Amino acid sequence: MSDLIRQFRDFFVSLKLTVVLIALSILLIFAATLDQVNLGIWAVQQKYFHSLFVMWRIGDIPVPIFPGGYLIGGFLLINLIAAQVYRFKLTARKSGIWLTHIGLILLLIGELLTGLWQEEFALRLDEGETKNFSESYRSNELAITETTDPKFDDVVAIPEKFIARGDPIQQAKLPFRVVPKIYYPNAALAARDANTPGAATTPATTGIGLQATATLLPLTYKQNERNAPAAYIELAGPEGPIGTWLVSADPRFPAQSFEYAGRMWKIAFRFERSYKPYSLTLLKFSHDRYAGTEIPKNFSSRIRLNSPDGRDDREVLIYMNNPLRYAGLTFYQAGFENDDKTTILQVVRNPSWQLPYIACALMTLGLIIQFCIHLVAFIARRRPAPKAVA
Amino acid sequence: MKKLIPLFVLLLGALYLGSKAMPERATSKFDLAAFGELPVLLNGRLKPLDTVARSSLMQFQGRQRVSDPADSEPRVNSPTEWLVNVFFISSKADSYPIFRIDSPDLLSLLGISEEDAKVRYASPAKQFMAVLGFLPSTRSRFSYEKIAPKISELERQAKLANPIESAVRTPFQNAVVQLYGSLVQYQQLKHTLAPPTTDDFLAELLRFQKLLPTGIAAVRAKQAGQSHDTEAAQAMIELGQRYLFMSEVTSILAIPPVNGSADDNAWSTTGQSLLGAFQSGSVDSSVLAYAGLGYAWRQNQPEQFNKLVALYRSQIQKRFELQLRKTHAEVRFNGAEPFYVSMTLYVFAFLFAIVSWLKWPEVLGRSAFYLILLAWLATSAGIVTRMWLEGRPPVTNLYSSALFIGWGSVGLCLVLEAIYKNAIGSVAAGLTGFATLLIAHHLSLTGDTLEMMRAVLDSNFWLATHVVIVTIGYSATFLAGFLAIIYILRGGFTRSLDKTSAESLVRMVYGIICFATLFSFVGTVLGGIWADQSWGRFWGWDPKENGALIIVLWNALILHARWGGLIKARGLMALAVFGNIVTSWSWFGTNMLGVGLHSYGFTDSAFMALIVFVVSQIALIALAVRPLAQWRSFQSS
Repeated sequence: MSDLIRQFRDFFVSLKLTVVLIALSILLIFAATLDQVNLGIWAVQQKYFHSLFVMWRIGDIPVPIFPGGYLIGGFLLINLIAAQVYRFKLTARKSGIWLTHIGLILLLIGELLTGLWQEEFALRLDEGETKNFSESYRSNELAITETTDPKFDDVVAIPEKFIARGDPIQQAKLPFRVVPKIYYPNAALAARDANTPGAATTPATTGIGLQATATLLPLTYKQNERNAPAAYIELAGPEGPIGTWLVSADPRFPAQSFEYAGRMWKIAFRFERSYKPYSLTLLKFSHDRYAGTEIPKNFSSRIRLNSPDGRDDREVLIYMNNPLRYAGLTFYQAGFENDDKTTILQVVRNPSWQLPYIACALMTLGLIIQFCIHLVAFIARRRPAPKAVA
Repeated sequence: MKKLIPLFVLLLGALYLGSKAMPERATSKFDLAAFGELPVLLNGRLKPLDTVARSSLMQFQGRQRVSDPADSEPRVNSPTEWLVNVFFISSKADSYPIFRIDSPDLLSLLGISEEDAKVRYASPAKQFMAVLGFLPSTRSRFSYEKIAPKISELERQAKLANPIESAVRTPFQNAVVQLYGSLVQYQQLKHTLAPPTTDDFLAELLRFQKLLPTGIAAVRAKQAGQSHDTEAAQAMIELGQRYLFMSEVTSILAIPPVNGSADDNAWSTTGQSLLGAFQSGSVDSSVLAYAGLGYAWRQNQPEQFNKLVALYRSQIQKRFELQLRKTHAEVRFNGAEPFYVSMTLYVFAFLFAIVSWLKWPEVLGRSAFYLILLAWLATSAGIVTRMWLEGRPPVTNLYSSALFIGWGSVGLCLVLEAIYKNAIGSVAAGLTGFATLLIAHHLSLTGDTLEMMRAVLDSNFWLATHVVIVTIGYSATFLAGFLAIIYILRGGFTRSLDKTSAESLVRMVYGIICFATLFSFVGTVLGGIWADQSWGRFWGWDPKENGALIIVLWNALILHARWGGLIKARGLMALAVFGNIVTSWSWFGTNMLGVGLHSYGFTDSAFMALIVFVVSQIALIALAVRPLAQWRSFQSS
């Protein structure tokens, strides 16, 4: 083995590297915790953990200033595996350490997969309402729906990033092009009275945009707020523009109907939807408080779960610490609004959810074994040697 | 003879404990102890009036004694006696100095001058002590009477300060909000059983009772537009408004449900119950009983008072047997003050153990060990009582986490001391036991510490596993840090740290860190499983989760650095002390960020305390990494 390779190997096997990596991860986690106050939990995860480097913007150029979660985790993984291969022999005395380290390897891989695969949605239901979709917490989409046939809707959903890009969009199902004119990543809406002289001009030529305007707002990162983007969208047929609509993802902003080429349409900017092959109906939301106080005692949603194939048609109760797990998704009670008439369920998809369980079981077992080995050795050492029989 | 001294110390300590655990001797002809056991529903929990009195006083003024520095005797003999006066003779209660005000700005807002605040002692001896600073020369507690003239101004200031987040309020705004909150609660107390404006509520109620049939008929007739007794109708309407006001002022539910329902929601305030009389046609017997007690108290008729208490108690006894057993136990628990007693014992044990390093190691070391054992048993009993009262695992809020961290850490120390018998365990136990109970005392100033669990935390299984295990992990990490402090101070500044002691300290710290790694890891993992069970994700990078993870990582770092030979004894100690910073960050710091699912119990002054603690720990680390030549121990003579 050449010197260089040996040095290389020694570097990756060394305990020094382990200690440095642990120290770096502590610093990373600490900084990320503090930054949650500014960025909110989701942005922090992207910036610190699901990245190779933590970037700092100097002017417009992002400069890497600290190794990110993927980089530290990756090195830790190599360090662990290398140490396992080169340093430790598989003996009974080291069995605890083996188990702990294998568990840790699994845990790191699991966290990587979670970072890549986990998705979170919200499901907002009024009492009596039925929905077969949940909505994204962050992403939005422009939905153009053909409602000509009363029996079904035909939806074309355009993700927000295409609207942000501003290029004209042509889709086979639509008899017109979609031209984003102006896009605000977060916007405030204000009423506009076209009759008053000096009213703000608006790019909108039809729909609600004649009575309302949107102005740019700074992006929010707070945990209990979300950005409500708005856009002015022009639809243009072969013979020229049909009109320009103001659309907003603000939930109070309704879908707007129009007629074109003898067909009925609706246009709306909305939270990105994830449709399901089953539906949920909120039968009753309950919010119990302790007597004489406002301290919440329990929240629960009684839900009717229905699948069109008729296999599932039952009532479920979702409450604190007791989510519904169904079809690879977890529905848990996340909140409520509208004077206890609306429930908000969080819907999580995490296909690798078993990995942490296995990993942690291995690590716990390993630590207990190792701790007991140390303890037994300690007690044996302290016990005075038996006196020799004369 | 020498062997007997530790046993004598043990006996003294046990006597001290026992004397506190005994029911307090009655100082009045009135059976206030029985009155203090009567249950009311407040903040969602059925509790004895004794607890209401104590936690209110703690919240208003940071202590349970009601007295002014110039008094030779306290104004009342017990918190319950104070509460009875608040209930029934508000003019007297208004003169008690029970509102603590430290902010000079707030004092001047209230028109309290320096002259007013100055304490004039009658005896020359006391005057002299005040000059020396052993007695306060200015008072910091003021009566409602003193504040009352400026109450509308205070209300205005409170309205200005209220919308501001507590983290960014000025000290003045904080003081305003706190005092205003105390006054609101004081008003609630005053309206609990009777309106503070009447001299004879019992007579009023009896009149009301008599008037009810004709009065209700008159009001009905008036509503129907028929001829009616205008006077009776008018009287009814006035009383109705009066009782409506009473029901709106207070949220203390003092009147048990008539039908004996076990549902907490069926309890009502006195005002609500009286409003109910318009429907039922008669005044609730509990309301009358309390009014009768008020009458007997005002008229100074102890026999009447005691008879009525006994009667009322027997009346509710059948319906609330278990609850009354709990209120009885809670009053005994309040009186025994197991945590306060333990604090005293920890101090003595600490002193004995320290001195044992210099003189009489056998006698003093053993005495210290016994005292620690006693104090630990007393805290154990206290924690178990709290668990029984609440029907919960030991750790449910920040206050109980402080108790439990102390308990766990002292428990580990007892094991260490039993093995090594070198008083190091006792010193660490005295230190951590005292410190955690002191922290708990400060956390108790916000009110009743037996709080109801918010919905998200309401799971006894996970509270019993995740929270308990992770808290033991905290205890162990702290303990390792405190043992390291002993090493640094004793080795750095005295010659008493010989080679054997030093080596055993290193082994102790190492062993405790192994233990801490195991428990903080398992506890954190269980937290992840809880999160997955209830929120659908194993790990969410929430501040409290991150705090716990950092503890695990820090302990792992120490162990790896040790195994890799990167650190020796002093390095181990320095890193273990840093573990204190890491743990206190996770324990308190993460709550101060005010974000995340675990952000409960923010405390302002805690922030300063945390900073001071962190700085002190950094100073200790600096001491630990001094060159060996500067250490007083380990010098080869």
